[in-house]
Amino acid sequence: MPSADPPSITKVCVKCKVQPPAVLLRVGDPYCRECFHEYFIHKFRAMLGKNRIIFPGEKVLLAVSGGPSSCSMLHQVQQGLSVDAHKKLRFTPGIVFIDEGALTGCCLEDRLKTNTEIQALFESTGFPFHVVPLERVLELPASVLQPHESFSDSKSSYKAAVGEFDQTQSSGVQPPCQPQEAAEVHETRTLELQQLVASVKTHTAREELLSMLRQHLLLHTARTEGYSKLMLGDNCTRLAIKLLSNISLGRGAQAALDTGFSDSRYGDVIAVRPMRDYSAKEIAYYNHLFKVPSVFISGLDSKTPEKDSIQRLTESFVTKLQTDFPSTVSTIYRTSEKLQTACKAPSAVDDSLRCELCLCALDTSAENASAFQATQISEQLSQRKCPDDSLQNLKYDTTCSDRCHGDGTCCSSASKLEPMELKSLMCYSCQLIIKDMSSLEHLPGYILADAQRRLRRSQMRAEISSFLLD
Amino acid sequence: MAAPLSIQLEFGGGAELLFDGVKRHHVTLPVRPKPWDVQQLLLWIQMNLLKERPELFVQGDSVRPGILVLINDADWELMGELKYELQDQDNVVFISTLHGG
Repeated sequence: MPSADPPSITKVCVKCKVQPPAVLLRVGDPYCRECFHEYFIHKFRAMLGKNRIIFPGEKVLLAVSGGPSSCSMLHQVQQGLSVDAHKKLRFTPGIVFIDEGALTGCCLEDRLKTNTEIQALFESTGFPFHVVPLERVLELPASVLQPHESFSDSKSSYKAAVGEFDQTQSSGVQPPCQPQEAAEVHETRTLELQQLVASVKTHTAREELLSMLRQHLLLHTARTEGYSKLMLGDNCTRLAIKLLSNISLGRGAQAALDTGFSDSRYGDVIAVRPMRDYSAKEIAYYNHLFKVPSVFISGLDSKTPEKDSIQRLTESFVTKLQTDFPSTVSTIYRTSEKLQTACKAPSAVDDSLRCELCLCALDTSAENASAFQATQISEQLSQRKCPDDSLQNLKYDTTCSDRCHGDGTCCSSASKLEPMELKSLMCYSCQLIIKDMSSLEHLPGYILADAQRRLRRSQMRAEISSFLLD
Repeated sequence: MAAPLSIQLEFGGGAELLFDGVKRHHVTLPVRPKPWDVQQLLLWIQMNLLKERPELFVQGDSVRPGILVLINDADWELMGELKYELQDQDNVVFISTLHGG
């Protein structure tokens, strides 16, 4: 493999042409320290400014995992909001950190130690922060899965909002943040969470399920604390890997939402990814050269061999390709920018057309000669006949007692959720996650409750369909 | 003849998990007939410092893809990658950008 001419031949930064280079960016552009710093900061402000989705004065929740990308994002926000910044950022940030110590089985002292380190990092920023243990996901209300109306009229002009903000600006000093009490975690919850994780048979499905649960938790925190935007720290490399793994997982239909800059599937809270233009290398260099603090937390997938899951394998594939072909990640990224959904905006999506787990629009209408129909046919042919599983045979009692559910549905349907029923409420790839679970009973209550509510409603609808006018 | 070299090694981004969680290592490389280069350093690290799972750090002759190497705060690609000759008091940093450390 003939290597390209060593760029050190040029020996000066390609931007200022004066200083010696420190970093090699993109395919072969050497940058000196100062020019790299400029480049990095400018990209962040340009990303936010170009997309004009964050209005001045808006409350934005930063999801920080402690890893380099999210800590870099936090650092950029901090720098951008500081009084002497050129083109100062103008929104009100808060931070959320999900404590996932339960997953790795680490003991209470270790969790406390990590949390203290993280808290110290957050306290130095002066922003309000929330440390949420992952166990909290078991206590979420069923309403978190239901679509909410968006806060503001999205058509309102960005310029008008800027003008309004400038007029009503007060001194711009952040109120001192009250220290949050350490979140209490009950041991039973930790065990329940571990049981849930243990009930998933493959690492691939486990990683997907955990990612969905994390999203629900972030969404809930944003809603309850009054944040209208959620900032995620996914970088370019991570998103390129995610795009390819998603296609392997059957999530091609949701690719635009999963990897795009803005994700409006929840309706009221919009998730944005301002770091999506930065490669992992750029972030790692910047953090090292400019001493951006981050905390490495060992997760479930640390030190796992690459054949363990689709996600790990894709990561290994992309990173290896990237070493020999440095434009791999940026090519994938540019391709993903062109993706758009064909169906209508998911925020307008009706309850019955949403996936229960990922909250995107369902992609499971099996039209004639569609790939999905072909998959279903081959699945039916390769299984032994089990007609009891079929949805059509759900028996319901026409003489029910008058203890009906408050939401206007009949209470007489079966109380235990069958996998087949839950799958009917999900998109293709989430169905695959359920398929890989040994039992549904460990799923958090809110998912099961909402699924049952939807099933009862659709059952009721089927019962009275001949009386409906449309 | 190369004099014994005093080198500062740093591991970050999760790579430290393979070295007992210790991020900074101050090492003295023994005398060798030929000068020390980065490739030799990797072999030395593998034999003397790496506590477990060598396949997560080295791959073939070089580092595993996804691990960045900085020599004196500069990209190793600008210095010649594996062929760079180590000098006394050099600072070599290994940062893992991979999900799983």
